[in-house]
Amino acid sequence: MEKKEVLVLEELLGSNKKIATEIRKKLQEKGILTINLLSSPGAGKTTLLEKIAEVLRPDYRMAVIEGDIETERDSERIRAKGIPAWQIITGGACHLEAKMVAKVFSEIPADLDFLFIENVGNLVCPASYDLGENIRCVILSTPEGDDKPKKYPKAFITSDCLIINKTDLIPPLPFDMENAKREALEINPELKIFITSALKGSGISELTDYFLSSLQKLRQENA
Amino acid sequence: MHELSIVANLFEILEEKAKEQKAKKIIMVKLQVGVLSGVVPEFLETTFDIYKKETIADKAKLKIVKIPLKIQCQKCHTEMVKDDFVFVCSKCGAKELKTLSGTELLLEKIELEV
Repeated sequence: MEKKEVLVLEELLGSNKKIATEIRKKLQEKGILTINLLSSPGAGKTTLLEKIAEVLRPDYRMAVIEGDIETERDSERIRAKGIPAWQIITGGACHLEAKMVAKVFSEIPADLDFLFIENVGNLVCPASYDLGENIRCVILSTPEGDDKPKKYPKAFITSDCLIINKTDLIPPLPFDMENAKREALEINPELKIFITSALKGSGISELTDYFLSSLQKLRQENA
Repeated sequence: MHELSIVANLFEILEEKAKEQKAKKIIMVKLQVGVLSGVVPEFLETTFDIYKKETIADKAKLKIVKIPLKIQCQKCHTEMVKDDFVFVCSKCGAKELKTLSGTELLLEKIELEV
């Protein structure tokens, strides 16, 4: 029996990255801006999407891919706003992978402006999986505490934008907004930070303006 | 806990490499895992040991090299290891930094019986 050593140097998530790169390329060619939303469960991703839909819907076309461990509930909420939505039920898996997005890809209309992907509520695992998005947004809701960025560094380091949500709940909470921002910027100086209360509808237009200018940039690159 | 999904990917690569090399067994698997890879080395080890049963790597040892977060300041060019994840240059305070290592999740090499 002969022993042999073989140098491989292959990324363990290489197959995910490959699918994600293909998805990004195809969506970008169609001029669609794709946004991946990450947060812990209950941070307000779906409510935020409902409010984003209210602002964008009159003038722009958007669709949503919903990732959840169980139930169609989130998709039903989005469809109730007149927005097409696809539910990916992971059946226990704690994150979405690019191959799951690829499965619903053929159903996504080509004439969209925005595709939102609402990831499974989890601040750890989804951070490792590129889904083909152009923008990754991490949402931190105030009841979770202002110390989350350094406790879950990967989610904040890999994101382009941080949305601090549920600001309407701040008064009774020991939430220090300046500390949350400082911690987030220390681990990712390039993060764009938005302050929202999805429930009250505040801060949403600043966020949609950011998405709109990103869409414009993407289409300029295409031209 | 997405280590299972990562180990499943690892075994896809292992099976492919074993075939390419016409190997009878894989006896050692060496991974590079960065502190910012998002995976826990201990969970990878446990998952690997469960997954390997009845595969070509059933007797394989898993070696994991942990890679620290290393960055380089783009202003003063100092290289430094950061274990606090504070992306500020320890020397000049600049925030323009380049990550040199620490995000790896890599199959480095394997040892085979052919």
